Amino acid sequence: MKGLTKWIAEGTPWVWLNAAAVSACILLVVSLLTLIGVRGLAHFWPLAVQEIVYQQADGSELMLAGQVREEEKVTARRLRESGVEVAPDTEFVTRYLLKTGNRDILGQDFRWLLGPSIKSSSKPHSMVVFEREEWGVFMGRLIAVREAGQLLDNPDTWGEFQRQLVHANNLRDEIRDLEKGQIGSVNYRLERLRLKQRGLELKGKDDAASLAAIESDRQLLQNEYNGLEQELGRLYTELRRDAVVVNTVDGKELEISMSSIVDAFRPNQMNLADKFGYFFHTIWKFVSEDPREANTEGGIFPAIFGTVLMVMLMSVFVTPLGVVAAVYLKEYARQGLFTRFIRIAVNNLAGVPSIVYGVFGLGFFVYTLGGSLDRLFFPEALPAPTFGTGGLFWASLTLALLTLPVVIVSTEEGLSRIPRSIREGSLALGATIWETLWRTVLPMASPGIMTGLILAVARAAGEVAPLMLVGVVKLAPALPLDGNAPFLHLDRKFMHLGFHIYDVGFQSPNVEAARPLVYATALLLVVVIVLLNLVAIGVRNRLSERYRGLES
Amino acid sequence: MKEQDKSALEASKHNRLSHPTAVTVTDLNLYYGETRALHDINMVIPEKQVTAFIGPSGCGKSTLLRCFNRLNDLIDVCRIEGEILLNGRDIYAANVNVPELRREVGIVFQKPNPFPKSIYENVAYGLRIQGMNKRRELDETVEWALKGAALWDEVKNRLNDSAFGLSGGQQQRLVIARAIAVQPKCILLDEPCSALDPISTLKVEELIAELKSQYTIMMVTHNMQQAARVSDYTAFMYMGELIEFGATNQIFTKPRLKKTEDYVTGRYG
Repeated sequence: MKGLTKWIAEGTPWVWLNAAAVSACILLVVSLLTLIGVRGLAHFWPLAVQEIVYQQADGSELMLAGQVREEEKVTARRLRESGVEVAPDTEFVTRYLLKTGNRDILGQDFRWLLGPSIKSSSKPHSMVVFEREEWGVFMGRLIAVREAGQLLDNPDTWGEFQRQLVHANNLRDEIRDLEKGQIGSVNYRLERLRLKQRGLELKGKDDAASLAAIESDRQLLQNEYNGLEQELGRLYTELRRDAVVVNTVDGKELEISMSSIVDAFRPNQMNLADKFGYFFHTIWKFVSEDPREANTEGGIFPAIFGTVLMVMLMSVFVTPLGVVAAVYLKEYARQGLFTRFIRIAVNNLAGVPSIVYGVFGLGFFVYTLGGSLDRLFFPEALPAPTFGTGGLFWASLTLALLTLPVVIVSTEEGLSRIPRSIREGSLALGATIWETLWRTVLPMASPGIMTGLILAVARAAGEVAPLMLVGVVKLAPALPLDGNAPFLHLDRKFMHLGFHIYDVGFQSPNVEAARPLVYATALLLVVVIVLLNLVAIGVRNRLSERYRGLES
Repeated sequence: MKEQDKSALEASKHNRLSHPTAVTVTDLNLYYGETRALHDINMVIPEKQVTAFIGPSGCGKSTLLRCFNRLNDLIDVCRIEGEILLNGRDIYAANVNVPELRREVGIVFQKPNPFPKSIYENVAYGLRIQGMNKRRELDETVEWALKGAALWDEVKNRLNDSAFGLSGGQQQRLVIARAIAVQPKCILLDEPCSALDPISTLKVEELIAELKSQYTIMMVTHNMQQAARVSDYTAFMYMGELIEFGATNQIFTKPRLKKTEDYVTGRYG
């Protein structure tokens, strides 16, 4: 008993308690990262395609092909209750989630299989997985390649197909460049021309000469467009020329046009190196490509791009504003009731739920400010709004407002850490307060400012709720940064990783297909935030290195 | 008139005869909020001489020193009455350009406070603020100031290194170089050697002796020997009042007042 009292008095329990708390935190972080890491990355691993003979409830046998995505044990009782017949002496039944693909034939691409009903399964080498532009993946066997209507009689069908695929992918790249690049640019200029004409009409300056000039410009663009469209038509025809003949494991034969095949692989023939190669290849495609099929397939590049760009713009808005506000509060304002009131207000601002900022952004920025901007500067586009609708600019501004308190507080802390002697030293040399601030105090406070920015970036990159109101969309037709002047289109809507997770996870028609994407996107969001933070931390460390010695 | 005032006035008259006047202080009172920190200070400080301020801690020496370049302005609750004339001009007049005044009256603090910049940039700081941008002009002035602070030989090969790499004594001389680079008329030294080792102290004292040929120097010190060694005039302060002011020799050998004698002989304080 005495030993216990002594043990408590020495504070040993405290040490243990603290260590336990730290361990719990680390455990949480590690398990979070492991979960989304494993689940997210598993999505990219090329699983073997199994050919399964499955006995259905009515006793008939069914041939299926697919990748086993999940397995779980369910109690036999539960199955019996739901009307499935299970052998009487079993207590647990293993069931498998099979990704069968072939949604166009089967109507769905996932299917639960009961373990005991699987008669046999094998992994034939000939199984091919085709990634398609629509209807998800196709799994089956490659029979022949058809080039310009003719079946090729080369026995190396896979080799022929690979050749065709490279050709088709080149064509697809060309088409995308043409559509997004030149045709997009022509359309953009045509739209500008239309707005110019409308603007002239509104101002009453639409005399014959200027209208004729516009008309001739439009004719030029139209000609350019017609030329491009012909080229596009030619490319599409060429792309559709070739096809492959495939059949499913249950013997249905069908033809798939090369134009709809994005990629293909034979997982059952891959060795470990191939699988790793394919793994990284798909990860790269995931981060670099546009989404397809209502975001359930393809990549998420626009979402990454939108997130990063929005965060950067937000930093550009919030840093000067926050620093200037903090400098006023700390350096110029006479400390008193007023500054105390402002500080309380700022701190409370940090606690306001983010959706409230979203509502404010929508009501004030988008409708009031944006609406006025539209009436003043873009009357020719009305009734279609330019800035009077959610967009990159308003979203960044709303998040800048949301993260402003963090920046103000950390900047103030950074400023108050600077010793009085440094300020006095500068003032004693004849510097004004402004010169002292600019030349000495602010550079020395820059690590504190960066800390604020790091916190702001972390918060802004992960925010979803307010963005839904002020400019994030499920699918943006164009990136907010492109080759058309003025290059950065602040009025455009954009995609965002956080919203993408929500959209894919909860708004998707295909839940099973979406689940791994949710994990993968979540992983990517974490990676993006970590990267943004690492950059900011790197800058901060360089700055504090430079102003080291300050603490002494 | 109180006894010490008379004494101070007498000493002032004496000074006025032997040296031209740099600073005249008349009826100076200073308040921190309700507290009165300086009581009716009257004194005349001679030009191009070293004037030392001695007295026990908290007697107002530093506060008085900081009045000469209006650094007390930075304290919100601080209020000043009376008049300080620098070369005949009232530095507390409404139309005084404070940054300009501070350029004329440099200050060096107890703890060296170099900026987190290179040695060169520390010295060039005040010059750049004055708008000096030409590289050659800057180079020359920096070299001149560093030589003036007896630091040039030690740092001439590492002007672009951080000032934090210097020793305490070197940093203090760097701060002095920084102060003289802008060519002030007066230099205020607020216990410049209290954070230094004896060798660095000696170097700074030698420097002060050299500087007085060009600058009026006012110095606060706790070290009586130092005051005796380097100063020409000494002011003894106690509880916010100027007790006695006179030639150093006289203050230390035959002080007029009992209080001064007690203090300089170490009987209290």
